[in-house]
Amino acid sequence: MTLPLYTPDEDPGPSFLGLLAKLGLRPSQPAEPVDSALVTHGTTVVAIRYRDGVLMAGDRRATSGSLISSRSMEKVFPADSHSGVAISGVAGPAMEMVRLFQLQLEHYEKVEGVPLSLDGKANQLSVMLRENLPAAMQGLAVVPIFAGYDQRSGTGRLFQFDITGGRYEEGDYAAAGSGSLHASTVVKLRHRDDLDGDGVVDVAVEALFQAADEDSATGGPDPLRGIYPVVARITAEGFERLDESEVAERTDAFVTSLGDSYR
Amino acid sequence: MTMPMYVSPEQLMKDRADYARKGISRGRAAVASTYADGVLLCAENPSNTLRKVGEIYDRIAFVGVGKYSEFDQLRIAGVRHADLKGYSFSRDDVDALWLANQYAQILGQYFTHEMKPLEIEMIVAEVGEESASDQLFHLLYDGTVMDTRGFMVIGGEADTIRGRMEEEWGQEMALSAAVSVSVSALAGPDRTLVPDDLEVAVLSRENGRRAFGRLEGGDLAGLLD
Repeated sequence: MTLPLYTPDEDPGPSFLGLLAKLGLRPSQPAEPVDSALVTHGTTVVAIRYRDGVLMAGDRRATSGSLISSRSMEKVFPADSHSGVAISGVAGPAMEMVRLFQLQLEHYEKVEGVPLSLDGKANQLSVMLRENLPAAMQGLAVVPIFAGYDQRSGTGRLFQFDITGGRYEEGDYAAAGSGSLHASTVVKLRHRDDLDGDGVVDVAVEALFQAADEDSATGGPDPLRGIYPVVARITAEGFERLDESEVAERTDAFVTSLGDSYR
Repeated sequence: MTMPMYVSPEQLMKDRADYARKGISRGRAAVASTYADGVLLCAENPSNTLRKVGEIYDRIAFVGVGKYSEFDQLRIAGVRHADLKGYSFSRDDVDALWLANQYAQILGQYFTHEMKPLEIEMIVAEVGEESASDQLFHLLYDGTVMDTRGFMVIGGEADTIRGRMEEEWGQEMALSAAVSVSVSALAGPDRTLVPDDLEVAVLSRENGRRAFGRLEGGDLAGLLD
């Protein structure tokens, strides 16, 4: 590994992906369809805009076919100091995409001296998804949500994607993964513009609970093992993951509030 | 037929070294020093956009003086190298020593093989888990690497500034004391440097994974008071 110095016409610029491509380090695409029962899938994630920014949450289950392959997978990650990315779809390429996305943002910031705009970050993720399209067609689909606090406009913003790299900015909430239909219905009914930092956690906890109630690939709260959803808030202060104990408390309160109707 | 003029290797190297030194001494100086929570990087730089101090990786930073385009190209190569190494192996496997050695090779190669040597001097700094493992590497235009404890000065009038640092600097200083010692050493007895004349950054153990942080505007003014 020697120092990567380039002449001006060869220079890959501030893009880490460009650098990897130049060095021939991008992974090759699968030639044959991959059996979906053999690969691990991550399931339901949501993002909700609220008064101070945006919240992201994800359940903890990963499945391979009808088997549970992990009970404690994490699907919500910081992308940089003021944005986050949540993933659903095939876990391997999804985790790799998150790692590269985080690196891409940090690399740009270090080379250029200023971070990318929020739209620029969303576009970068879009480019990565488009590059993954051949793999997605062979069964290795990744569907992320990107959300962040836009320091230029002073609001939380969120983006939904599809496997072709389509990028769709949403107003109030976004969801992805097998339980997303159920989760987004709950968020749609519960969302208010004046939701505060606590209220929005309650909405996310309820959305993931109901998704797990209807979708076998989404994991519900697991008090027996102490496993609860991953929840993170992104505000003017930056990305902050909630303490597991805090999520456990909100979940227990919600489950208690359901009362006898669920017994 | 004209014969190429004979120049002794000693003379050739001396001329090249003089050329590089002259270029470097025209620029303003920079100081890197360890303090209680990490490493302080302090450069005299009236520009707010053409930076001399930069973040390389989680615990590694860079300071360059001399010709901007030359050291900035090496800074970017350093970022690329570090990010690639961290991506290929693990974040823990990226260290300042390896980077300093790579820089030394490039500088040495330019010095002996290219038309002109690079007119730059650089510092590669790494903050450790505790102050005893903080590292400072000093790179000269000819590829010489030096590993120094405490502090180092590069750029124009480095010897004078080093003298002033030796009088004032102490181990395990607080940030505010370290900043004022570095800034007054850079300024000398006859000048006062204000925040707009300076580029100051730290590699702090308190900053979490990305130890690098710039001290600017009000924060810096507060430390200088």
